[in-house]
Amino acid sequence: MTTKRPAFLMIPGIIAIAFLVIPLLALISDAPWSAFSGILSSPTALDALRLSLITSVVATIVATLVGAPLAWLLARDSLPGTRLIRALVIVPLLLPPVVSGVALLSAFGRRGLIGGAIYDATRWQFPFSTAGVVLAGTFVAMPFLVITLEGAFRSQDREIEEAAAVDGATPRMIFLRITLPLVLPALLAGITLTWARAIGEFGATITFAGNLEGTTQTMPLAVYTALESDRDSAVALSIMLLVVAVAILVSLRGYYLPTRTDRTTR
Amino acid sequence: MLARILPPVMAAVIAIAITAPHARADNRPNPYVRSIPASTITVSAAASLTDVFPVIAKAFTKRYPQLQVTFNFGSSNSLVEQIRAGAPVDILATADEASMWRATGANLTGTPILFARNTMAIATPRGNPAKITGLADLKNPTVTVAVCAPQVPCGRLAAELFAKNSLTVTPVTREVDVRSVVGKVIADQVDAGIVYSTDVKAFPNDLTGVSIPSTNNVVTNYPIATVNESRNAQAAKAFVAYVRYSSSAQRILRAWGFSTPW
Repeated sequence: MTTKRPAFLMIPGIIAIAFLVIPLLALISDAPWSAFSGILSSPTALDALRLSLITSVVATIVATLVGAPLAWLLARDSLPGTRLIRALVIVPLLLPPVVSGVALLSAFGRRGLIGGAIYDATRWQFPFSTAGVVLAGTFVAMPFLVITLEGAFRSQDREIEEAAAVDGATPRMIFLRITLPLVLPALLAGITLTWARAIGEFGATITFAGNLEGTTQTMPLAVYTALESDRDSAVALSIMLLVVAVAILVSLRGYYLPTRTDRTTR
Repeated sequence: MLARILPPVMAAVIAIAITAPHARADNRPNPYVRSIPASTITVSAAASLTDVFPVIAKAFTKRYPQLQVTFNFGSSNSLVEQIRAGAPVDILATADEASMWRATGANLTGTPILFARNTMAIATPRGNPAKITGLADLKNPTVTVAVCAPQVPCGRLAAELFAKNSLTVTPVTREVDVRSVVGKVIADQVDAGIVYSTDVKAFPNDLTGVSIPSTNNVVTNYPIATVNESRNAQAAKAFVAYVRYSSSAQRILRAWGFSTPW
């Protein structure tokens, strides 16, 4: 089987490849190799990496625990105004992250709608805390999980569920034993996207949670701060994030990137 | 070189400008002003100059009607990095001498001249809800304080300020430029922020300043220089000279709370 490769598609396609790949190669070529291990083992880098991993994983878990049920409700039109709700929950995906940060402040800042009550009662606030970083990550990343999973639920074959219901299975059993396993590849893809978005989060985090080493300074914030004085550190930290991203892509390629067999069975 | 040549040249320009302040209206434009070709100059300036520089630029373009001025505000270090990376900028004005020296040392700018001085102040949200009375209150752990990151001038100055007063302050955030600290204070997200005195003056309705006695305070001098890669060198020199030597620019700087380094 040979595929025709018309020039009018090939040329833009190759431009796209070059455009997406050259900056990454340039970043790697800029790496301060001799100083690399020193930079990455500095307390600033280790704190930032630890914080990024913890907050992005927690944000992904929270997004999955509440986002997956929402995706199901949207897919089955179980809520009044499904279309409006779907549009609303996707808005954070389209907002510039800094706007999300401002919105989070209005809601959860110490003078915010909800944050104000929390602060008055407990003297505790989300901003400047690690919980604030998780909140920002969850807010910007959850829409990825919801839209990925909703599509999968929607295109699902309902016959098996109906058969199970006829045989007396409870809705909870049907969801956990049949519906969820059937969308597992989409769930994993959604989780990956959500996690990738959360670990890359910058604008909402610096706006809402601030920038303090060990508490709210995640990897992207550390890169941005390092750029102020030490470009080598910024490049080394950036490469570290790049490696993390590629590692995840490779480890999940079976689920996330369709393989040839997947394509033929579809 | 620039610093040696400019004062006499500008003294002449200013003399002409003073004797013919409405050159254009008089239909007697002064020859130096006219000799600069029409162009747009880009000024990279420290975040703490965000309010005052546009006002100076307005006065400048009144004198040089053929020129336009656009701004690129940010932390002094990031401005230097941008120029190092080839940003098309004509003038650099930083909030401390150290960051300017990094640019001059790398042969990115002409000889800098100092044009203004600033001191630090405590900014609190309007009405000072946490009732901060002085630096000593900031070490109280229940008081939330925002400062700049140590990588940028206002952060270095904040650290210097705390050290000078033997205070241990644990900030809740270290922002990458002073305007981010101002923003956090105005939004009442923190009880206090260490900012420049001029920032407090720039937001009389949104901030309540707590001044720091001069014996306990620290100062920073603002240098300005033309960028070597500038394609509008003549216009750039005119702007630098205007900021440093014109009485109007210096009057505007003082009105915004800056003092003089000389």
